[in-house]
Amino acid sequence: MSELSELYQQVILDHNKKPRNFRKLETANHSAEGYNPLCGDQLTVYLKLEDQAVKDVTFEGSGCAISKAAASMMTQALKGKNKQEAEKLFTEFHRMVTGELDEEKTPNDLGNLKIFAGVREFPVRVKCATLAWHTMHAALNNQELVSTE
Amino acid sequence: MATIEKSLTHEKEQASLWDVERIRADFPVLRQTVNGKPLVYLDNAASSQVPQVVIERGSMYLEQEHSNIHRGVHYLSQKATTAYEGARETVKRFINARESKECIFVRGTTEGINLVMHGYGRKFISAGDEIIISAMEHHANIVPWQMLCEEKAAGLRVIPMNDAGELLLDEYEGLLNERTKLVAVSHVSNALGTINPIKSMIESAHKYGVPVLIDGAQGAPHMIVDVQDLDCDFYAFSGHKMFAPTGSGVVYGKARLLEQMNPFQGGGDMIKSVTFEKTIFADLPNKFEAGTPAIASQIGLGAAIDYLNSISREHAAAYEHELLRYATERLSGIEGVRIIGTARDKASVLSFVIDEVHPHDIGTILDQEGIAVRAGHHCAQPVMQRFNVPATARASFAFYNTREEVNVLANTIERVIEIFS
Ligand SMILES: Cc1ncc(COP(=O)(O)O)c(C=O)c1O
Repeated sequence: MSELSELYQQVILDHNKKPRNFRKLETANHSAEGYNPLCGDQLTVYLKLEDQAVKDVTFEGSGCAISKAAASMMTQALKGKNKQEAEKLFTEFHRMVTGELDEEKTPNDLGNLKIFAGVREFPVRVKCATLAWHTMHAALNNQELVSTE
Repeated sequence: MATIEKSLTHEKEQASLWDVERIRADFPVLRQTVNGKPLVYLDNAASSQVPQVVIERGSMYLEQEHSNIHRGVHYLSQKATTAYEGARETVKRFINARESKECIFVRGTTEGINLVMHGYGRKFISAGDEIIISAMEHHANIVPWQMLCEEKAAGLRVIPMNDAGELLLDEYEGLLNERTKLVAVSHVSNALGTINPIKSMIESAHKYGVPVLIDGAQGAPHMIVDVQDLDCDFYAFSGHKMFAPTGSGVVYGKARLLEQMNPFQGGGDMIKSVTFEKTIFADLPNKFEAGTPAIASQIGLGAAIDYLNSISREHAAAYEHELLRYATERLSGIEGVRIIGTARDKASVLSFVIDEVHPHDIGTILDQEGIAVRAGHHCAQPVMQRFNVPATARASFAFYNTREEVNVLANTIERVIEIFS
């Protein structure tokens, strides 16, 4: 079960059980809803942007361990980043889990997000790992999806 | 009580007569390993595997008979036509239709239901009419009717079910009235495994003169289907769920209804004559079979039915039933596992959830052990909503599965719970 233990590492299981920043963000000025019709995973990402920087980010929803842990760790990684840095991280993360980027060889800012590298051995789970990131990307860019409170 | 026990013992006896290893040898797919483990194929409700004799019938067609049907005077076309129409005869006997022209070949259950929606529904259903479906339908038996209701301003009524996943028949009786123009229900639910009492449901509908369509996608592979005894008006099923290739399927319809209906698709083979002013449609069954069909697949369906007849469908059903009973017992014994769908009458399907573990994670871990199950909503999102779960994991059995495989499943589920504890 070695590939399996690569996928379901303790850190991921822990974030699944106790997701961080798992709540609605009342002060959010950007948000988007992400949905994976294949598996029914559904989550909302809330962003509070100030001067193009992520002041706060949270999420809500339901999904598998991989999508929940990915969302949880994403919120931790994004706090304090500016828009450009957030987009760069998304690209790197996406490339890593699809096997386009070797996180050990190519310099990157992934840090502890590297723990999701094991996902590339499970192509059908790539969507789970990236759902929160795609949703965050939509929240950042898609002004129509913004709900301002 | 005594009779139940007696029939249980009888079933166990029959099941013990089943030589599953001999049966398994008929299915080449089952011989492989997945991730270094023997394949444990428990996704039969999605698609079942194909026995060697069906594969050979398909290659024989491609090697010796391949050509277009109904179109040629030449040797090959005649051979292909004979084989294709022979498969229709086999289907007719399999479901005990009165005539083979009542068996329309389609791509599968979905196409069969859509054929009835277009051919019958669009012609005979109008504003203010009502269509009754059930709370446990597959999307294939919801969406076409919803589309029709939208188009015609007709109403869709839904028979509710209880927490075990059994239809509430009193409610059903209450829904039937003079406005009802069609009832469409599944024989066996693919998400819950419930066997619906379709014979009495059909009888009730007929009191109002309402025709009934049965979605037999999960019924035909596991039940003895006699369309005359059931007196159903339409019965649709898919070849790929009953040991035949994809692209094969049947919608049975009573000749009287099929004759009144509009054709489904227009094109070649479904006409008697065409001028730019007027087309005269062909007789049954060709009226509903426009264009070149999946000839090899339908011949394969005929071969799959021959195979089923050769192994005794009664014994196969008894064995499957005993296997489902055993699997239910094993899985209900695991703390944290909850079975979704606990109807008294069930076939083949065991849907379950594990506290705090999403079905996709279950599916991935089982797959690593070579076990194929389905994780998701099983194209029955309203069922998931009814049971308040986002998705389930589903093991579905065929007569080639074994008790050992059930043990592997149960042990691996225990491992899943361990990983997530
Ligand atoms: C109950 C039921 N109805 C309809 C279908 C649709 O069958 P097909 O995809 O072969 O058209 C299925 C298959 O998933 C089913 O299980």
